[in-house]
Amino acid sequence: MAGTVTLSINGLVSHLEVEEDMPLLWVLRDELGLRGTKFGCGAGLCGACTVHVDGAPTRSCITPVGAVAGSKVRTIEGVAADPVGRTVQAAWKEIDVPQCGYCQAGQIMAATALLTSTPVPTDADIDSAMAGNACRCATYSRIRAAIKRAGGLAAENRRAG
Amino acid sequence: MIDMLEQADRRAFLKIGAAVGGGLMLGLMRPSVAVAGATAETAAELNGYVRIAPDGIATIMAKNPEIGQGIKTMLPMLIAEELDIAWKDVRIEQADADARRFGQQIAGGSYATPLHWDPLRRVGAAARQMLIAAAAQRWQCHPAECATEPGMVVHAASGRKLGYGALAGIAATMPVPDLNNVPLKPEAGYRIIGKPTPQVDIDAIVTGKMQFGIDVEVPGMAYAVFAKCPVPGGKPVRANLDEISREKGVIATFVVDGSTDAPAGGLVSGVAIVADSWWRAEKARDKLRVEWDGGAIAAHSSAHFAAEAARLFGQPATAVIRKDGEVAKALAGAARTVEADYFYPFIGHATLEPQNCTASVIGDKVEIWAPTQAPARGIALIAETLGIPEANVTVHLIRCGGGFGRRLIADPMVEAAYIAKKASRPVKLLWSRKDDMQHDFYRPAGFHRLKGGLDASGRLVALHDHFVTFGKDGKVARSADLSASEFPAQLVPHCLYESSLIECGIPTGPLRAPGSNAIAFVFQSFMDELAHAAGKDPYQFQLDMLSEPRLLPTGRSLRPGSAEKVSFDTRRMADVLRKAASMSGWGKRRLPKRTGMGIACYFSHLGYFAEVALVAVSKDGTPSVEQVWVAADVGRHIINPSMAVNQVQGSVIDGIGSALFQQITIEKGGVVQANFNDHDLIRIDRAPIVEVEFLKTDFPPTGLGEPALPPAIPAICNAIHAATGKRIRSLPIDIALLRA
Ligand code: FES
Ligand code: FES
Repeated sequence: MAGTVTLSINGLVSHLEVEEDMPLLWVLRDELGLRGTKFGCGAGLCGACTVHVDGAPTRSCITPVGAVAGSKVRTIEGVAADPVGRTVQAAWKEIDVPQCGYCQAGQIMAATALLTSTPVPTDADIDSAMAGNACRCATYSRIRAAIKRAGGLAAENRRAG
Repeated sequence: MIDMLEQADRRAFLKIGAAVGGGLMLGLMRPSVAVAGATAETAAELNGYVRIAPDGIATIMAKNPEIGQGIKTMLPMLIAEELDIAWKDVRIEQADADARRFGQQIAGGSYATPLHWDPLRRVGAAARQMLIAAAAQRWQCHPAECATEPGMVVHAASGRKLGYGALAGIAATMPVPDLNNVPLKPEAGYRIIGKPTPQVDIDAIVTGKMQFGIDVEVPGMAYAVFAKCPVPGGKPVRANLDEISREKGVIATFVVDGSTDAPAGGLVSGVAIVADSWWRAEKARDKLRVEWDGGAIAAHSSAHFAAEAARLFGQPATAVIRKDGEVAKALAGAARTVEADYFYPFIGHATLEPQNCTASVIGDKVEIWAPTQAPARGIALIAETLGIPEANVTVHLIRCGGGFGRRLIADPMVEAAYIAKKASRPVKLLWSRKDDMQHDFYRPAGFHRLKGGLDASGRLVALHDHFVTFGKDGKVARSADLSASEFPAQLVPHCLYESSLIECGIPTGPLRAPGSNAIAFVFQSFMDELAHAAGKDPYQFQLDMLSEPRLLPTGRSLRPGSAEKVSFDTRRMADVLRKAASMSGWGKRRLPKRTGMGIACYFSHLGYFAEVALVAVSKDGTPSVEQVWVAADVGRHIINPSMAVNQVQGSVIDGIGSALFQQITIEKGGVVQANFNDHDLIRIDRAPIVEVEFLKTDFPPTGLGEPALPPAIPAICNAIHAATGKRIRSLPIDIALLRA
């Protein structure tokens, strides 16, 4: 099933000679060396592998690369190119969210997608957008605080800009 | 000059050795002769921990593995404080495993703070003394005339100042001060300790650049999966290796003939598949057909364990753990008695980063890149298994995507080394989530039959626990014991703790707050039952039991191997109980229907914690933990308040998650659960608000990786009782029992 798959990753177009059923996660990590996206469960159950495919938060561990041919993929390595992503990273730093840090790339990708669609999320919005992203260290208090802080920072930026 | 250094080195080492009696190996103060070496032009090394460059930047080694407790930031803070340098001028490097230089390097037991609080401050202070001595030599004055300001030595009388960078070269030639007598700063003058300090790797984490074990790449590396028998310790009888070897990307596949004693934590048997990508190795595994021999353990099941426990409860216990007074008599004469059976299941560690390790074997030398909590154990195990000297094993400490005790056991390290050797190439071994969940060292399950006797005034006068736990050949399994000093022993005149063993070959091991994470649920829930039976407020009942301040021996050592014993201070516990009660408005709130508050307290890992939970139970029985108030006493300093609060909040939510969602069950000798759909992690939508306050008391600071967890579970269970009248005596919480 090997063929050439073309996709844009963080703005760079790649032509990859890989099996089309290889999950996007393993294409990113082992074929392209983009290891910021993490493997947690391989079954769409933990969110560690969350990336954006055409802007939508997507579990890359259960997404065959062939299914996203021609799409625009954004990973944690490229999220700073997006103003919302940058704001989320800044809030994550300010609040000092992580413990082990392993889930945080996925959390940041999910939070960026949430804040892009819902700039001022309620607690209920946060619960429903983020419940798919497990944090084994249970940094949820700070994840919630950082999402709210990012919403606030974005509003300040809009007023300033 | 070299001679002088070596002399200084020897002298310092002897003094250090005498100071700690060999218990804590401080390879601390070896002023490096390497100043004369490669880095001589740009940097001078004061000792194994600190390097000061001419620009005044201090590089401090982080000696321990980082598993998420913030140790990579916190331990260097201790050195930097006493070195007296601005935190912005500090860079931190992760040390490799090197027992000669760093002594014990282990992430576990909440030991990092108590074990390093004193020695690492002394390292910083010694370096500062050497910088002062260097300045005094330059200025031809007495060192006592000099002091430091962050990053510089000052001579107040003349107003002269010299930066550490300018002094580092001379400082390295100064005699090493006696670590025991090196002057420490007055604690009131701290500039770094006690300040919320963002973790050093925060930038790397939020940009995806942080390297975890799973991210290691070495030249020429292949990827491996290791398929083990679903029954721990089982052996492959035959396997379709020819077929597997023809799968796309497969480089090698072979049987590993290991030990049948899975609980020992060494190399067990299985089938290794090495491929040019992990996914291809894993895909090839889908086609793997193995006939396994599970041995005697294949007869194990959770149902069998429960039946065994019921049978053992009907017989006299086989071992006495503690005996005070005459329990049977006291129970017979009690005004009221309460009896209850408690159960908690096996649970897994489920670190979000599955077990993995990268290994390269060249000749009889092994190089390992490991997300491990205990590198020395991995080194010993690899050396023993491969038949090579320990000195031939190099271990690089790679950040762990969570530890929780799982990575204290070195099985993935020895597997990677063995497979790399056999495959004759560097290998990154990665377990699937199913491997990780089914080949864990589980928090052991346990069964308790409790009897309590109250006198006419409602005071607890008799307590009996028959604890049915797991073991082999009369020996209690790892982390499956009960302490003779378990609270409320020593506060109850007639107390009998005894145990019986179920024979078991399921691997068990330490999970965050080992023992306590389960025992606190049992004993603190039972205290709540007794309080109700006595007609007392549960908070008051516990305070009354603690009664007047005193120290109770626990029989445990302050640090492994040390003669210094740990006492339980009833006053510190009473104080956190009072604090938690006042923070939460205990007894003063009017609560809606099916909403309740529960209280629990627990002493573990030298930390005193009292917690109050507010829980609302919906009509369908789902408990929603709305808020938890935590009062903690871990001594007089919270070294890094940012990570401290994060640890406490995470521990509390972790404990609640385990009580709500986690249970490992055994069928036909193997683990049933395979992924987060059947052994879930708590998610953000179920995480309560956690309010934390630290009482600052006059004791040396102690650790925070564990002690906040144990009381969280009984606090929510007691709150559920307050909300519904239903008592949770079995975990995980069965919501069917809580329906309106
Ligand atoms: S690794 Fe993809 S959801 Fe867990
Ligand atoms: S920070 Fe460890 S899993 Fe989230």
